[in-house]
Amino acid sequence: MYNGGKIIIGILIFLGIMISPFLLTGQKSTAIPDPKVDTPEILKMPETERTCVESKDYMKREHMKMLNQWRDWAVRDGLTIYTSKTGKEYTMSLQKTCMKCHSNKSKFCDECHNYADVSPYCWDCHIAPKEKET
Amino acid sequence: MNRRKFLKIAGMSSLLGVGGFSVANTVRNELEASQIKSSPAALTAKRWAMVVDMSKFKSPEDYQKCIDACHRVHNVPTGSDDPKQEIKWMWTDTYEHAFPGNEDEYLAEKVKHMPFLLLCNHCDNPPCVRVCPTKATFKRKSDGIVMMDMHRCIGCRFCMAGCPYGARSFNYRDPRPHIDESKENPEFPTRMKGVVEKCTLCYERLAVGLEPACVEAAKEVAAKNGTTPGLIFGDLEDPNSAVRKILDERFSIRRKPELGTGPSVYYVL
Repeated sequence: MYNGGKIIIGILIFLGIMISPFLLTGQKSTAIPDPKVDTPEILKMPETERTCVESKDYMKREHMKMLNQWRDWAVRDGLTIYTSKTGKEYTMSLQKTCMKCHSNKSKFCDECHNYADVSPYCWDCHIAPKEKET
Repeated sequence: MNRRKFLKIAGMSSLLGVGGFSVANTVRNELEASQIKSSPAALTAKRWAMVVDMSKFKSPEDYQKCIDACHRVHNVPTGSDDPKQEIKWMWTDTYEHAFPGNEDEYLAEKVKHMPFLLLCNHCDNPPCVRVCPTKATFKRKSDGIVMMDMHRCIGCRFCMAGCPYGARSFNYRDPRPHIDESKENPEFPTRMKGVVEKCTLCYERLAVGLEPACVEAAKEVAAKNGTTPGLIFGDLEDPNSAVRKILDERFSIRRKPELGTGPSVYYVL
């Protein structure tokens, strides 16, 4: 190999620069988000009724699309009642429905949103429930 | 595989793919669309309208009660000294300003200084809707309410230039710090910096079967004064509605009807 030493040193320097962010911050890995669903409002409900509008899996995966749909239906079409797969009816409202149970925005919404580094602009206008300092 | 065979397979599979995708999509949309409806309790009409009966308001406090009720329910920031920062959904102004072009030289002194209760006219042909580039403001086909979708407003303020009634206010600053937190309505959002807002005829209250906040406040004022309410709300296209009954009997005026916007708020003295 011509100039082998220089090439190998070059590759090593390159790799060093590329993995430096991981080496420098790798020690303090971000905690895996753990959204809490143990709000007083939820705990007050009987165990069998502790379900969200749709299944947990669906909500985890699709809640952002669902909220967008709810927004359009409620604001633009003036339709306010959503019937879930189980046949139960819900008012389509972030403040009046979602946050009534999930009254812990910082532990429920922000936990994952911060981890995923997404910043939805819901709370620029919508009023988050008052959380008690713990 | 020769070229001819390859093209055949590629063509067929892309056709299947596109076709299958669109079929699946329509099925999905139908499923979703069948899951929603409006509340059975909701108040409905072909075209909502309001009659402001000026004779029923006895004092400035009577007007203020209606204005306060509206602003409290909708988390409208209050208490600003700077008129440029003012946000108003409902306000009062003189005859001269409310009905320009109709001033007479010898207008009754009483009428001249009467504080006319003003709000968005929910026009039949709203210029604000026509100029909005994002359709953030739109006229509801079902009941004629001129609505605001704050999610879409980009704050260009074309609508403010378009509205001949000055019914729209712009949030030059974050309104949150100017809303009294103890009085805020947790069931209604606030607005953010950079959006335009106005009266929405309490669409959120109509949806659950309640009358607009100002109409409700006017009823309380009327009960106190021992009169009939000064704000009457109803369906303009229903000949038996409360508003039509008044309009059939009394002489009414509207703000700037010559502009062809078709305002839905009527004033009777």
